[in-house]
Amino acid sequence: MINQSNKTLNTNITKLVNQPYKYGFSTAIERDIIEKGLNPDIIRLISQKKQEPAFMLTFRLKAYQKWIQMSSPKWAQLKFSEINYQDIIYYSAPKIKKKLNSLDEVDAELLQTFEKLGISLSEQKRLTNVAVDAVFDSVSIGTTFKEELAEEGIIFCSMSEAVLEYPELVEKYLGTVVPIGDNYYSALNSAVFTDGSFCYIPKNVICPLDLSTYFRINDQQSGQFERTLIIADENSTVSYLEGCTAPQYDNNQLHAAVVELIAFEDAYIKYSTVQNWYAGNEIGEGGIYNFVTKRGLCAGNNSKISWTQVETGSSITWKYPSCLLVGDNSKGEFYSVALTNNYQQADTGTKMIHVGKKSRSRIVSKGISAGQSKNTYRGLVNITTKAVGARNYSQCDSLLIGNLSNANTFPIISVQNSTSKVEHEASTSKIGEEQIFYFLQRGISIEKAIELMISGFCREVFTELPLEFAAEADRLLSLKLEGSVG
Amino acid sequence: MNKTPILEIKELKACINQNEILKNLNLKVHKGEIHAIMGPNGSGKSTFSKVLAGHPAYNVTAGQILFKGLNILDLDPEDRSHLGIFLAFQYPIEIPGVSNEDFLRLAYNAKQKAKNEPEVDPLQFLIIINEKLKLVDMSSTFLSRNVNEGFSGGEKKRNEILQMILLDSDLSILDETDSGLDIDALKIISNGINTFMNENKAIILITHYQRLLDYIKPDFVHVMQNGKIIKTGSADLAQELELKGYEWLK
Repeated sequence: MINQSNKTLNTNITKLVNQPYKYGFSTAIERDIIEKGLNPDIIRLISQKKQEPAFMLTFRLKAYQKWIQMSSPKWAQLKFSEINYQDIIYYSAPKIKKKLNSLDEVDAELLQTFEKLGISLSEQKRLTNVAVDAVFDSVSIGTTFKEELAEEGIIFCSMSEAVLEYPELVEKYLGTVVPIGDNYYSALNSAVFTDGSFCYIPKNVICPLDLSTYFRINDQQSGQFERTLIIADENSTVSYLEGCTAPQYDNNQLHAAVVELIAFEDAYIKYSTVQNWYAGNEIGEGGIYNFVTKRGLCAGNNSKISWTQVETGSSITWKYPSCLLVGDNSKGEFYSVALTNNYQQADTGTKMIHVGKKSRSRIVSKGISAGQSKNTYRGLVNITTKAVGARNYSQCDSLLIGNLSNANTFPIISVQNSTSKVEHEASTSKIGEEQIFYFLQRGISIEKAIELMISGFCREVFTELPLEFAAEADRLLSLKLEGSVG
Repeated sequence: MNKTPILEIKELKACINQNEILKNLNLKVHKGEIHAIMGPNGSGKSTFSKVLAGHPAYNVTAGQILFKGLNILDLDPEDRSHLGIFLAFQYPIEIPGVSNEDFLRLAYNAKQKAKNEPEVDPLQFLIIINEKLKLVDMSSTFLSRNVNEGFSGGEKKRNEILQMILLDSDLSILDETDSGLDIDALKIISNGINTFMNENKAIILITHYQRLLDYIKPDFVHVMQNGKIIKTGSADLAQELELKGYEWLK
């Protein structure tokens, strides 16, 4: 009867885990879309629609030429059928009736969509301490607090706008951290990206608000190709948050993003993500394929880049936010919680490339696998000959829920000098029947039990999240795993 | 006595993996009584304790368990706990990432809620728990450690007794709470149990050895073999067993 008891446990957990996806609705809106498929003409059309300067078109076409010569990487622990890139719509935007003067003039339908997602863009109801850029399919709908930020010299706008308004900054930095031919998906993104956010923090400025972008996929057949570039000039500080959701469709959709961060001397960029793309249904149909290249360059001495991610959605996650630690004493951090359930697959981790003297990095990765999902940590710590006195600490913990889920850890460590210090710790634990029974026997409900164990497991990562997000992340994991928790 | 027993087990049969472990078990326990269940390995003692607490791995195929006159076979483990059944585990499991303090408070508040009494906040709880800690001679540093994680055998068992005292359970089943304890720890735990026991409570001690019964005087001693109780006697029975072994009963 061990099978039966496993069944009892699995059904109990399944009940908890299979909370319906709250953001699965779609918005009926008139769209400006182009035909399916990818070729140089489509790229010219996208560039033309966005009225881009010539350098952008050159950039895109160059990327396209690289991309067609590449093939998709096969090394990840992911199984999915080949993506037909000719069957994707590469540009889909809500039709805009006239030029907007303020966010309050944005189509009511769109504002409502974001309201429903908990993101208010209107003047009256917007968050007071977070500036938001809202991206809907291929375009940015609007950005809050733009004027207020401009007073500090901070540029925070959509990437499309940056290409038009600040072409010299974009041309100088775009593709410098993630070169167009870096990998298959970044090449694709460089060819067809449509929108994302652009931030520039000038010297000696501490950004007074958290900057945030909310990505929403709405169209059933379009892919989303987000491009974000954040530049923190000398001695500046910025905290950036990213959130994402998508409707519940039964086909798979592609999200291939590139995010580049550059931190100059003494600058600090904190980048946090709560990823909640639609993950597919309980038998693994539908959901977002999330292929993302995120990389930060600690260019200056004493610069610091910190990635925090809570990955709960997507049918497939392929994502390795990384740090190139070039400056002396520079510091890179990666804090991650990746939760997979049902048939979700996540292959995620980080790369810390140490070049600068006494550069330091810290990796804390927490993988939670439930259902029949597969959760893989893949990491590289590379300490080059120049990185004298570099230090790394890595901790990779896996938590299995039930008996059918799967966790892997692939840490690669390469140290090329004798003055560096590298530490790696790993653990695997399981929320099993006996632990749950222990809670139950003490009168504690299964929901509370799982909540307590999960939040204990994730604590080190959650404390890294900005306040607004920590609550969101807790709520999200609660929704995904723990049933109704206040 | 004409009183309703706090626990009455009638012709109970239970199995795991289709193997029948409990075969026609009968037992009556009244308030104010301490019962010891002894027996060789594999006689079904631990299964009995798990079945009583409602462990999902065991399947009850026949019989009844009446607790305070109520048939509890269809109740979930947490409901049985709320009714006042406590099981001190033979091997208390480690729960990483969850502090003992949070765990104990949650358990306490779950019980308060079930009794329709107000839940306590963390500060009020600290006052309550610090009082109880003294009864099992534990320091308050123990609260900030994760549940059973890295605990010595003795600490784990003391933690079980602490929980029993905190939850003030009406019927406590102590599954080999004495095993793996040195003599000092055994004294501390026995003291805790004796202080806790009163005429409104009942305790079932599951043990291999007579040793524990030197400190806690049972009213009845039962010998369990092959899934049923084959002999019942007074405390003297335990001493006889110690001398003659279980073979003597065959």
